[in-house]
Amino acid sequence: MQISVTVNGQVCQRDVEDHWTLLRLLRDGLGLTGSKEGCGAGECGACTVELNGRTVNSCLVLAVEADGGSVRTVEGEAEQGRLSRIQEAFARHHAVQCGFCTGGMVMSVRDLLQRNPQPTVREIQEGIEGNFCRCTGYAQIIEAVLDVSGQLDDSSVGDLRHV
Amino acid sequence: MSELTVVGADVPRVEAVEKLTGDALYTGDLLLPGLLHAKVKASPHARARILRIDTSRAEALPGVHAVLTGHELDHKLGLYVVDKDILAKDVVRHFGEAVAAVAAESVETASAAVELIEVEYEVLSPVLDPMEAIGDDAPLVHPDLGSYAYVEAAFSPQPGTNVAHVQRVRKGDLDRGFAEAEWVVEREYTNPSVQHVPLETHVAVVQWKAGDQVTIWTSAQSPFTVRNLFCTAMRLPLNQVRVVVPHVGGGFGGKAGIHLEPLVACLSRKAGGRPVRLQATREEEFSLLPCRSALTYRIKTGVRADGTITAQQMTMYWDAGAYADYAVNVTRASAYSASGPYEIPNAWVDAYTIYTNKPYGTAYRGFGHVEFFWGLERHMELVAHAIGMDPLEFRRRNLLKPGSRTMTGELITEHTGDPRACLDAVAAAIGYGGLTDEEREHERRTGRRVGKGVATLHKAPAMPSFTATAAVVKMSSDATVVVNVALMEIGQGCNTALAQIVAERLRFPIDRVKVAIERDTDKDPYDWQTVASKGLILSGNACLLACDDLLRQAYDVAAQVLRANVADLDHDADRVFVAHRPQESVTFAELSIGYAFPNGNGIGGPLIGVGRYIAQGLTNLDKETGQGLPALDWTYGAHGVVVDVDPDTGEFDVLAISSAYDVGRVVNPGLVRGQAIGGMVQGLGTALCEGYIYDQQGRLLNPSFTDNKIPTARDLPARLDIAVVETAQLDGPYGARGVGEHPMISVAPAIGNAIQQATGAELLHMPMRFEDVWRALRSHEPIDNWITETPAGSCRSDLPGGAGQPSPRK
Ligand code: FES
Ligand code: FES
Repeated sequence: MQISVTVNGQVCQRDVEDHWTLLRLLRDGLGLTGSKEGCGAGECGACTVELNGRTVNSCLVLAVEADGGSVRTVEGEAEQGRLSRIQEAFARHHAVQCGFCTGGMVMSVRDLLQRNPQPTVREIQEGIEGNFCRCTGYAQIIEAVLDVSGQLDDSSVGDLRHV
Repeated sequence: MSELTVVGADVPRVEAVEKLTGDALYTGDLLLPGLLHAKVKASPHARARILRIDTSRAEALPGVHAVLTGHELDHKLGLYVVDKDILAKDVVRHFGEAVAAVAAESVETASAAVELIEVEYEVLSPVLDPMEAIGDDAPLVHPDLGSYAYVEAAFSPQPGTNVAHVQRVRKGDLDRGFAEAEWVVEREYTNPSVQHVPLETHVAVVQWKAGDQVTIWTSAQSPFTVRNLFCTAMRLPLNQVRVVVPHVGGGFGGKAGIHLEPLVACLSRKAGGRPVRLQATREEEFSLLPCRSALTYRIKTGVRADGTITAQQMTMYWDAGAYADYAVNVTRASAYSASGPYEIPNAWVDAYTIYTNKPYGTAYRGFGHVEFFWGLERHMELVAHAIGMDPLEFRRRNLLKPGSRTMTGELITEHTGDPRACLDAVAAAIGYGGLTDEEREHERRTGRRVGKGVATLHKAPAMPSFTATAAVVKMSSDATVVVNVALMEIGQGCNTALAQIVAERLRFPIDRVKVAIERDTDKDPYDWQTVASKGLILSGNACLLACDDLLRQAYDVAAQVLRANVADLDHDADRVFVAHRPQESVTFAELSIGYAFPNGNGIGGPLIGVGRYIAQGLTNLDKETGQGLPALDWTYGAHGVVVDVDPDTGEFDVLAISSAYDVGRVVNPGLVRGQAIGGMVQGLGTALCEGYIYDQQGRLLNPSFTDNKIPTARDLPARLDIAVVETAQLDGPYGARGVGEHPMISVAPAIGNAIQQATGAELLHMPMRFEDVWRALRSHEPIDNWITETPAGSCRSDLPGGAGQPSPRK
């Protein structure tokens, strides 16, 4: 069926099959491949996007459910080629390794900071709990979030100790 | 060494921006005109004869372009033992093995076609337990083992048995060593198979064009190995096959060899040259793709009352699963490293790679060392307890030091690295040996017991003795450079580290150095594989040599331009100049693509530096004694762990982990921390919750994230401390050595040792779940290894004639 979705501020009309997920619409229908499929079962968070102001696992939402709605993906995060503050903090703190979880992770962090501009470490851990990252071990992601929320004092930055 | 400016700096990852914006393209993001989609028909049985496959209904489905079964294919695959068909032929050897495949116009059509393929099996009873598999009456997983090709210099398959390889190491006189011992402690330690879980599942896109011109886009760690093994199997010249790898979403060893590529290629060929894509589902990632081998490790140690180890006998039973893949080499590398960073005067290792009817094992971060260090470092703890010595002191007494010999006869020098400094650093960081007031208060408040444990680790790259690589550094007309290497960036940060090394050597700012992202066997210089933590030393050195080559070319032209002797030239970031008359100079930009004199005459040409590097001085190992030089370098390290344990329920938390590694030289502190923490958390996963669970028929019961948990952000210990020791590696770039795998090693035994210290629970099997600790506390007996269904109890010290080894069937 034909649906109309606003994606990163752009109105898109597409014919989709009933069984298509929102992730499939984004990747195959719109060419927005920054959202990844890590499991297709709602467990890894690599497909996290914002739908009508809430983060969802786009592999669990049907494309038709997004009809008339508004979607934001990682491709909408930088503006005019300039990284957002979250993205800059991720780069600064080595919060990216292979990058496969990164799009979804950035969307979850964005959502967290919108709801809670000064999250504690515990709240950050809970906020990104649904996003698996097999590479970083999460610590540098947490540091990036502390930094972007203005909470990074010297004691919370992990140091490499030379002995 | 004079002060370094770029090496050692906390440079942000060079490809971070495109990964953060979603622009970075991975193999699964690629689109090609006419792309078809593939699906695989997997075996539901662990061992069965294929009586009949009927593909006619699948072929008749509109939109289907190719259906393949094993019988149409005559290509054997294998890294070291050539034992695998592209699709199962006549028999299936593990649950999840591919028996047929389809390429169709959509994923849905391909799935529907797979459903229409009918396979009739005669189900056979599977060989699941490796200890039974080496028994006399076990059915053979590979009855034709004797006819398979294999790498004879390194491996020894035993035809007529389920043994794919035996590795032996002999040092000193074992009997004499045991005779000198006052105590003998023998135990057996086990761990199950686990999955790598890269966030990106394996994916390949292949187009087999007319004239046998093949292009493979794949999520591989080692493009040249894919090309090499593919061409061997398909009997094609190497220059007709091009392997291209864009960004890779994590590998951890699981993408080191060759996997989906040959099957997808054959589908493309059958589909008339249309490009075909196959991306594994998460479930397929667990059983169609390989895992990490399970291990049963038996260690018998003779020790004097003063804590000196006099002898150690080590037997490893590696459960390879259905195919040998990397498991034979894991066996080899583990055997020569099996005693850890300890000096064992009289040592004896027998390590077996055993075929069973299970998904097969491959390389996984640490290459066997995560598995055997679980046993080794638990064992060191138990030996220390047995003789009434503090475990830290016991370890210190037996550590390798300058003048020691490894089990294969290598001499340790003051440049090899400093395991003692690593161990002492982590012990100090966790306050080993006592509790702080705060920790005592924590015990009072929670009713839990706080315990502290340490464990050491070491690893050398496991690779052929003559492993080689190359780098090309090309200068553009604005004096920026592009570096080509085939070492893959899979998240470990090699692009950034190599860019720093190149910038340092050229004396350029880092933003004038780009390491090309996509790897392409048609365009990039050869590299063996992206494995083994060997990239920094080998590719780093190749980059240094390429820079030197480029500078030599620049100096040659500059000498003519400046009418100076090459020996009198020097350079900075922008110019080559005469050292004693620095105002006489020529810029790199002027030299970059050939210099033009004012009258128009040209000299020189594009500046392109080539660096070739090969591991030097290494040898094969003697097949009977294991003597030889296998190690490019040793990276030593240690973990210290603080836990609190509920003595009634066995529940525990890891409160702190402190780690230290002798990295030789920190190239980038942020990257080192990233490897350290990422590896440590991955180690935490296998220590605490990950593992394959099979039913009695060998069907995998937990191929999903629901039933096979991996750590999330909430599992991070509250306190993390990462330390580095810098004992320069003499042949490392700026003294550096690799540390990609090491952080994952020995996390588990450090936790097990801390739990034992807190409660006395003797854990011999990992993962360590709460119920395991509870059981160990209640029974005060070691726990049976039920997760892998090994029937025997884990503790073998009570066996009559404990030294007796079950030998593989003759
Ligand atoms: S792909 Fe959607 S949660 Fe994993
Ligand atoms: S960076 Fe690789 S999964 Fe997170």
